[in-house]
Amino acid sequence: MPRWRIRTRVPAALTAAGLLLAGCANPSTGSADDDPTKPVTLKFWHGWSAPGEVEAINKSIERFEKLHPNIDVKATGNVPDSTINQALRAGGGESPDVVVSFTTNNVGQYCDSGMWVDLDPFMKKTGLDKKKTFPKTLLDYTSYEGTQCALPLLADAYGMYYNKDAFKEAGIARPPRTMSELKAAAKKLTVRSGKDSYERVGYMPNFRLYQGTADRLFAQWGPRYFDADGKSRLAKEPASYDYFKTTNELLDAQGGFKDLEKFRSTFGDEMSSQNAFLTQKVAMLLDGEWRGLMLKDAKAKFDWGVAPLPVPDDQAEAYGRGFITGTVAGIAHSSRHQNAAWELVRFLTADTDQVVNFANAIHNVPSTFAALKSPKLDADPKFRTFFRILQSKYSQAMPPSTNGGAYIVSFGDFGYSVEAGHEKNLREGLKKLDDQIDADNLQSEN
Amino acid sequence: MATLSPPARHRLRVLGFLSPWLIGFSVFFLYPLIATVYFSFMHYNQIKEPTFVGLKNWRYVFEQMPLFGPALWNTLWLVVVMVALRVVFGLSLGLLVTKLKSGVGFFRTAFYIPYLAPPVAATVAFVFLLNPGSGPVNEILSKVGISAPTWFNDPNWAKPSLVMLSLWGIGDLMVIFMAALLDVPKEQYEAAELDGAGPWAKFRYVTWPSITPIVMFAVVTGVVQTMQYYTQALVAGKVASGVNIGPGSVVQPGYPDHSTLTVPQLVYQMGFQNFNTGAACVLSLVLFAIAMAVTMLLMRKRSGLLSAED
Repeated sequence: MPRWRIRTRVPAALTAAGLLLAGCANPSTGSADDDPTKPVTLKFWHGWSAPGEVEAINKSIERFEKLHPNIDVKATGNVPDSTINQALRAGGGESPDVVVSFTTNNVGQYCDSGMWVDLDPFMKKTGLDKKKTFPKTLLDYTSYEGTQCALPLLADAYGMYYNKDAFKEAGIARPPRTMSELKAAAKKLTVRSGKDSYERVGYMPNFRLYQGTADRLFAQWGPRYFDADGKSRLAKEPASYDYFKTTNELLDAQGGFKDLEKFRSTFGDEMSSQNAFLTQKVAMLLDGEWRGLMLKDAKAKFDWGVAPLPVPDDQAEAYGRGFITGTVAGIAHSSRHQNAAWELVRFLTADTDQVVNFANAIHNVPSTFAALKSPKLDADPKFRTFFRILQSKYSQAMPPSTNGGAYIVSFGDFGYSVEAGHEKNLREGLKKLDDQIDADNLQSEN
Repeated sequence: MATLSPPARHRLRVLGFLSPWLIGFSVFFLYPLIATVYFSFMHYNQIKEPTFVGLKNWRYVFEQMPLFGPALWNTLWLVVVMVALRVVFGLSLGLLVTKLKSGVGFFRTAFYIPYLAPPVAATVAFVFLLNPGSGPVNEILSKVGISAPTWFNDPNWAKPSLVMLSLWGIGDLMVIFMAALLDVPKEQYEAAELDGAGPWAKFRYVTWPSITPIVMFAVVTGVVQTMQYYTQALVAGKVASGVNIGPGSVVQPGYPDHSTLTVPQLVYQMGFQNFNTGAACVLSLVLFAIAMAVTMLLMRKRSGLLSAED
């Protein structure tokens, strides 16, 4: 048996592997020198999946194609961020030109990594003045350190849905406006059954309940997550302490975390007819503006109303504020038809008629000044409550970060640990959380 | 082209026959492994060019990743408990089914069928059955007056619940053990009986020595598979937490309290949610090293386990 000369072959194989690796790490590059009046096919990925929403976006695309007969749009729905993320990193001919993300959490990452292209040059080219078109909060959450790599495509504002029948029964005149009013109302509305279960809970602060993640309710305190140097400052933020004190008091006022969490595990899916607010298992619910349409469609068996969420007692003047987020649209760095793609993004985000039509159809909050003032906008007073929340100067969105939504996940995780009673020393816990967020951000920086 | 010398020709022939395996091995194992090592020293967000950062990723994983400890602990816990119980359970079932006088076909089928259920569907079904509020299991238990745990919603019970799920799908191991048990020569049992051996002595001195290699096989493959435990833990955590999953929602795996977070889930989260390729590669290498070490240890042990008859 002849012997192999291993010594000469291994280095050769390694060198070859090294060359291969270097080649693999080159994502495809796009270009912005195409002619948007030439025939072209655009791939458009979005996250809408409910039948009504899909119909509305498809109608929008038809309107766009009428205006731009040379552009053919191929839309793919129900695409989560993770998929968009992976497709853009892999690049290639099948990756999308225009992308829509259902969260503002990742914008920082998209802008900073260059995955979504800077839209400012396109706005300059086509004469769109962003400051006159979009409210400032929305511009803030679609940019990162001066790079505007996304634009708002309708916004979401969070408020409180409350069961008016239950309020009557408990003898509560109006929805609570401060946290102490919320505690009192929640206690009155809670009806126990057996030794550890409920007929109904007043307000469930559990962070795993539907939209009620730790960051959503925290917006009522108006916290600042990062200092000027981009360092996490949750332990320095007085609001953090008051916030967790309040959620813990809310839990205790209604029977404690254990029982509430057990009750929560019996709830049906958020987007189904078994939603706990719809089945009257909770009397007050933190949720976005879209819930109203769903309650109407499901023909809720009770009378319900909407109001802004309560604020801390010492910030009564800020009542009317709420958590703001939204859907954002951008252009993929790998797109070879960026000018044509811009036409679609501009139409979806800044064309007043389109924004109004689409907002009415899917019951989201319009995201341009002109659309918010439009007479064609749905006049339903319950829906309009959310427009006011969006325009309140006290309302807040999550600050963008280079590490995307990782810090929000860490904060949410910390929230779970607090509500379960695992954080014996809040200050130490928050300090550790700050260190963690800073370490994660440092690790993700180039 | 000059004619090849006979040794060279022989070498080529050997290579030719080896090439399918060689190609497969280099493309699907060797290259990814080298790439993983390479990227563990790089900062690479899968968009921009990778940059060399030395040991930064390794430090980050070992010093600044609070979830690394729990994930490793959960993975090793599952490896020890799940593999041990699976082998014991699979072997007991195998013994039971081979000893049966009647209804063998029915029992074999009954025990084997759950293994055919797709892992995701089986996990979802289990979570619903064990739902503390509305699941049938706890309803029955509370009727009998037993205060049942909250299974997948309790950090202390989540992993045992996953073990139960895997024992329910034990069919594959049962079949392997059955085949091994039926392979034990009958005359050896007869000889042992003549020497006055009881059931335990027969098992200890006849059955066990002949099935040791199969037990070893079950343990080694079990360890390697459990190291990669991902699907069931992820699905169970997601379904039990009741968090709505849609476009735009980020689901943190490991519900409740990171008790079902395994290293592969952390690799996915790091690599394809945070695009922290370097850290994900470090985690994968740690996993690879542990699996390698455990396998080598078991292989060493094996030669000790094998008795003289083999």
